[in-house]
Amino acid sequence: MSEAAGATAASVPSDSESALPPAPPPGAPLLEIKGLKKHFPLTQGVVFKRTVGHVRAVDGVDLTLRRGETLGLVGESGCGKSTVSKLLVALEKPTAGEILYKGRDVAKMGGRALKQYRREVQIIFQDPYASLNPRMTVGDIVAEGWSVHADIAPRKGRLQRTQELMDRVGLNPDFVNRYPHQFSGGQRQRIGIARALALQPEIIVCDEPVSALDVSVQAQVVNLLEDLQDDFGLSYLFIAHDLSVVRHISDRVAVMYLGSVVEEGTDAQVYGSPSHPYTQALLSSVPLHEPALRGQKDRILLQGDVPSPANPPSGCRFRTRCWKAQDICAVEPPALVDRGQGHPSACHFAEARTVVPVDVD
Amino acid sequence: MTTLPGSAPSVRDGGGSAPILAVEDLFVEFRTRENVVNAVNGISYTVSSGETLAILGESGSGKSVSAQAIMGILDTPPAQVPNGEIWFEGRNLLTLPAEEQRKVRGPGISMIFQDALSSLNPVYSVGFQIGEMFRAHRGLSRKEAKKHAVELMDRVRIPAAAQRVNDYPHQFSGGMRQRVMIAMAIALDPKILIADEPTTALDVTVQAQVMDLLKDLQRETGMGLVLITHDLGVVNEVADNVAVMYAGRIVERGTVDDVFTRPAHPYTEGLMNSVPNVEVKGGRLQPITGQPPNLSKIPSGCPFHPRCARRRLGAEAAPGRDCAGDRPPLRLVVPGREAACHYSEEVLGV
Repeated sequence: MSEAAGATAASVPSDSESALPPAPPPGAPLLEIKGLKKHFPLTQGVVFKRTVGHVRAVDGVDLTLRRGETLGLVGESGCGKSTVSKLLVALEKPTAGEILYKGRDVAKMGGRALKQYRREVQIIFQDPYASLNPRMTVGDIVAEGWSVHADIAPRKGRLQRTQELMDRVGLNPDFVNRYPHQFSGGQRQRIGIARALALQPEIIVCDEPVSALDVSVQAQVVNLLEDLQDDFGLSYLFIAHDLSVVRHISDRVAVMYLGSVVEEGTDAQVYGSPSHPYTQALLSSVPLHEPALRGQKDRILLQGDVPSPANPPSGCRFRTRCWKAQDICAVEPPALVDRGQGHPSACHFAEARTVVPVDVD
Repeated sequence: MTTLPGSAPSVRDGGGSAPILAVEDLFVEFRTRENVVNAVNGISYTVSSGETLAILGESGSGKSVSAQAIMGILDTPPAQVPNGEIWFEGRNLLTLPAEEQRKVRGPGISMIFQDALSSLNPVYSVGFQIGEMFRAHRGLSRKEAKKHAVELMDRVRIPAAAQRVNDYPHQFSGGMRQRVMIAMAIALDPKILIADEPTTALDVTVQAQVMDLLKDLQRETGMGLVLITHDLGVVNEVADNVAVMYAGRIVERGTVDDVFTRPAHPYTEGLMNSVPNVEVKGGRLQPITGQPPNLSKIPSGCPFHPRCARRRLGAEAAPGRDCAGDRPPLRLVVPGREAACHYSEEVLGV
C-alpha cells in the first residue's frame, strides 16, 4: 500500500508535506507516544469566557506500539483512555508531548503526510448505534473513506470491494443496500470494523469495541479482530475497562489512572505479578467466573472515588486512596520505571504481588 | 435448591419460613401496531429470605421485564400480563386492586436500577427523596423523615451523611448515587430487594464496593435479593442460586456452583465458553454463533436451536424430542438442577 504513496512523495518538496515512509518490520516500534498531555480548559461566564482551570485528562503518557502487536490500555472511566484514542487519530490536538508515527511527529505533519496518517490509523468506536450514520446504507458507510482516499480503490470495482470487505467481517454481502437500523449491535460493530479496514490501515485504535455488546456476541467480535490482525498484520491499541477481555487479546498492557500510566508490561507481568497498588486493587475487584476460585483472591477494597482530574492530588495521583502512601508520595510523583519487579511501575514502593489466583487447570 | 417451583404453599398461606416471593407461570407481552413482542414466556421462581437469586441473561432475554412486572411498573399499554401469579405474603399481587398493590409493594418489595442518575429526581435533594419513603408509607413529618434519611445514608456508607443530606443527585459520583438508591430501597426494611443490573454502569473498583454493601445489608436484614445481571463474574461471587434466561424463558436453574462448573443447557455452556477469564490467558474464545432471537418471532421448538451446536433435527432426534419442533419444558435433570433442553443429560455427561 505504501509503494504508490512513496513514488509520488519524491515530487513534494517540503518535509512536513512529504509522504510517510513504509511501515517498519513486524516487532519494530510503529507508534511512539512521548510525554503526551491534553488539558481541557474549564471556562466560566457566557459572554466573557475566562479560563478558571484545566481538566488534566491526559497528563504525561508514554507508550510504544510495535508493528503487529496489541497494546491493551485499561483504566476506569475518567482516567483519560478515550482522550488518548482521540489524540491518536488526530481528532484532538495535544497540549504537550508528541506522537511519533514511523518516526515523524503527527503534530508537525501537514497536507499529504497528515492525510496518509489519518488513512493508516483508523478507529472503531464503542457505541455501534451512534457511530454509524442512520441515513447511509452499509455500502455507502464502508466506501465513504474512498471518496477521500481515491487511490485505494478504483471507482469501478468499489461495490465488489465493499462486498468483499463485508464478507470478510462476517456480514452477508447481499445486505450492502441495507441501513444500520436493520442490523443488531454485533453486526453494526462489524460494519464499523469493515469501514476501518476499507482504508488498509496499519493501526486500528479500538475504543471499547465490545463493551456495548452482549456476552455471547462479544466473543465473535474479539475473534474477528484477532483473525484480521493475523491476516493483515494490523497493530491494535485496544482500549477497554473489561480486564478479562484486555488480557485475552493483548500482548502488552498499560494501566491508566487519572491521566497517566501507572504500570506497564506483558499481560503475564501485569496480571500475574502486578506491582502498583492501583493495579492490584483493580485486579482484585474483578469478579471471577470460576466457583472454585471464589474467595481465593486477595480482596483489596479501595475507599472513596477517583479524585477530579481538574484538581489532581500532588505527587502520586493514587496516594489519596493508597494504603502504602507515605510522606514522599505527596511530594514526588513516582516515575514509571522498573524498581526490581521486572516491569515498569509508577510507585515508590512497587512490589510484585499475586492478587488473582493463576491457572487452576 | 431443595424447593422447586410449581407450588409454593407456604407463600400462599402467608406463613412459613421458606419462599417469601413466588412467581408462577408469568407472561408479559408488548402489543404494538405491527406485532406482538413476547418478552416473558412463562417463568416461575421463588425467593426465600436471605437467599440471593441471580437472574442471568443477555439483553432482550426478559430478565428486566419480569422484574418490572413484579414491581408493577410496566407501561400498560403497550405491556400486558396475560397470565401469571405473583405471590407475596399470602396474596397474589396481580389480582389485587392497584391501591392495595401499592400498599403491599411499597414497604415489602423494592427495586434498584442500573442508571442511578436517571432514577433520581434532579430537582429534589437526596435527603428529601430518601425521606419520601417515610412520609408516604409511615406518615412521618419532613423533619423526622430527614433524620431517618441521614441514618440511612450512614448505613449505606456515604461519608459525611449529615452534611450531604441536602445535596442534589448531580453532586454525587456514580457509586454514591447508587448508594442513595440503595438507601431508598432499604428504607422500610423490605423483604425482597430486586437489583436490576445495579453495578453495570459502575467501574470495577466501585462495583466491588457496592456489591459488598448489598451483601452486608442482606446479612443484617435477612432480605431476599433478586440480582438481575449479565455478568457471570458477579453472579459467581454474590449469588446462591442462578436462573439463566433466554428468549423470555428460564432455560437452566440450580446452585451457582453446580451451574457454573457443569452447565446442563447448551446456552449456559456456550456463555461459559465465550467469556475470557482474568486469571488465565486461554486460547481462542468459542462464541455462540448467530444472534439472539427476535422476540416477535421466537423460533419454534427450542428457542435456542438455531444457535445450538448440539441440536438434533428430524430423523436425528429421538421421538418427541425434535429441537425444531418440540419445545423442551424446564425439567429436573439431576437433583437440584433443572434445564429446558431435550438433551441435557448429554450436555452434563450423565
